[in-house]
Amino acid sequence: MADTAVRMETGERTSTRPGFLSRIFLHNLPAKIAALPMVLTVLVVFVGCTIWTVYYSFTNSRLLPRNEFVGVEQYERLFATSRWNVSITNLIAYGLMSLVFTLVIGFILAVLIDQKIRFESAFRTIMLYPFALSFIVTGLVWQWIMNPTLGLQGTLRNMGWEGFSFDWIANPKMVLFALLIAGLWHGTGFCMVLMLAGLRGVDEEIWKAARVDGIPTWRTYVSIVIPMMRGVMVTAVVIIGSGIVRLYDLVVALTNGGPGISSEVPAKYVFNYMFSGGNIGQGLAGATMMLLTVLIIMIPWAYLEYGGKGRRS
Amino acid sequence: MSQTATISGSAPATSGAVEARGPKPKPFFTPRKIIIYSVLVFFSLYYLFPLYVMVVTSLKTMPEVRFGNIFALPQAPNFDAWVKAWTSACTGLNCQGLSPGFWNSVKITIPSTIVSIFIAAVNGYALINWRFKGSEIFFAILIFGSFIPYQVMLYPLVMITRDLGIFGTLQAVIIIHTVFGMPILTLLFRNYFASLPQELFKAARVDGAGFWRIFFEIMLPMSLPIFVVALILQITGIWNDFLFGVVFAGTQNYPMTVQLNNIVNSAQGTPEYNVNMAATVLTGLVPLTVYFISGKWFVRGVAAGAVKG
Repeated sequence: MADTAVRMETGERTSTRPGFLSRIFLHNLPAKIAALPMVLTVLVVFVGCTIWTVYYSFTNSRLLPRNEFVGVEQYERLFATSRWNVSITNLIAYGLMSLVFTLVIGFILAVLIDQKIRFESAFRTIMLYPFALSFIVTGLVWQWIMNPTLGLQGTLRNMGWEGFSFDWIANPKMVLFALLIAGLWHGTGFCMVLMLAGLRGVDEEIWKAARVDGIPTWRTYVSIVIPMMRGVMVTAVVIIGSGIVRLYDLVVALTNGGPGISSEVPAKYVFNYMFSGGNIGQGLAGATMMLLTVLIIMIPWAYLEYGGKGRRS
Repeated sequence: MSQTATISGSAPATSGAVEARGPKPKPFFTPRKIIIYSVLVFFSLYYLFPLYVMVVTSLKTMPEVRFGNIFALPQAPNFDAWVKAWTSACTGLNCQGLSPGFWNSVKITIPSTIVSIFIAAVNGYALINWRFKGSEIFFAILIFGSFIPYQVMLYPLVMITRDLGIFGTLQAVIIIHTVFGMPILTLLFRNYFASLPQELFKAARVDGAGFWRIFFEIMLPMSLPIFVVALILQITGIWNDFLFGVVFAGTQNYPMTVQLNNIVNSAQGTPEYNVNMAATVLTGLVPLTVYFISGKWFVRGVAAGAVKG
């Protein structure tokens, strides 16, 4: 096979061009065979399955997928369901808080670690280890810590601080903050690593120039370093953002959507309707909305990164 | 990859700059330093507290846990809760503990890691050295596709695996992990192979070596570092997976994360928090071991993973 490829390639160069079909299929044949899993993944999973889901979200599929077109009926029902609306509100509220806090904490920690401190690698190891753990482990540990009777609240009350209250996990108004504490614990170290890489990529000369000009350090960070880290920042926003839209395991482990439906998220709604609610159409419509959300994040980014020529920094 | 390079590349440069300016003897306890270290220590406590609580609780007896001080060290540390979590903790009526889940996770993680890395390595090699018409387009869609929420593709994949007759088996989970690991791993290998000198490939080509021979005899021996990064990424990623395991593996093949969640969240009767925490520690042990052994390589892995797209 390899020999064929060689001959085909040399053949092409000496202008005895092979036919169209053989060029498509035979030229470079071993590479095409080797890339078959990738081609199948792209065509069947990423393109095929996505189109299938979007298409069937416009049908009245219930227990099994049915090819009966009903227009936007599933979406109308979706947005008339309080559980879905709660899920979306939660995702937006949690998502904004999580995004802002992850970026801010990640950046601050990276700046502090970048101050030529001692024990740098120890601090880095401590900050990143939660990222190696699964969301299930993360959720279950924090569930135990936030246990109202035996966790942090109970302990501090037993120690004499009677008024101490940390029952967020059982409080519908505060449960999102409970999720946030666990989510930040898991993800901020990763953001710190990204930011640190960005900070270390800034030329030392710029710092020297700023110092010569007498610009205060905080000003240098805000006006010079952060704009220079645009690439890292955008990457971080895209990764954190698409992680937030996927948020599922953590909710299942920490609260399972409770109390009541106060910590439901779209990914969980979709999952439940697909696999235990017996209403596939609703699940598919929800999934399509999730896809739309990701596209809203992705398209401006893709445009900024690859669209405008010469704007890449 | 460029990011990885800056991490490892610029660290010595900055320290070199410090030395060049000459050592200035400074007092250690300046106000600035006190602020820096107290913030860092505060956050370190936030990161370490759950690990401490998890381990300490798992070594206590239930009466001690009910006494209600999660800070306290166990009076008489014992591994009874660990033994129970491993061998006889219940999920509903099934009381086999976590051990079947552990072995399922092993059976899922090892083949998934090997298959996904091999396929991605071949992809990266083909994308750099054996470009064919459309290969770059497939690659672009692959990377873009890695941002699609899994829920979007989940149901059709269930139907496909059901049609293939592998739904609810280990094969299905392995295929799914291979598919969804492909974007990031392919990117990793593609960038790595792009950084190798092309002359080697060309020389082998002139000598008449073909696709597979160059791959196995020239490319693979040179790509050990990137294999280590990929290995860390995949072992921790697949071990920590919950969604694919719960959907595709089938009840008897549930990975450890799924069984852990079932033990803790759908247990009947009075919850045994010490057993729960022992089970949680046990599940976290594999990725934590990988993390602490691999050290810098893990950082390289996540940094490389970060520049996808």
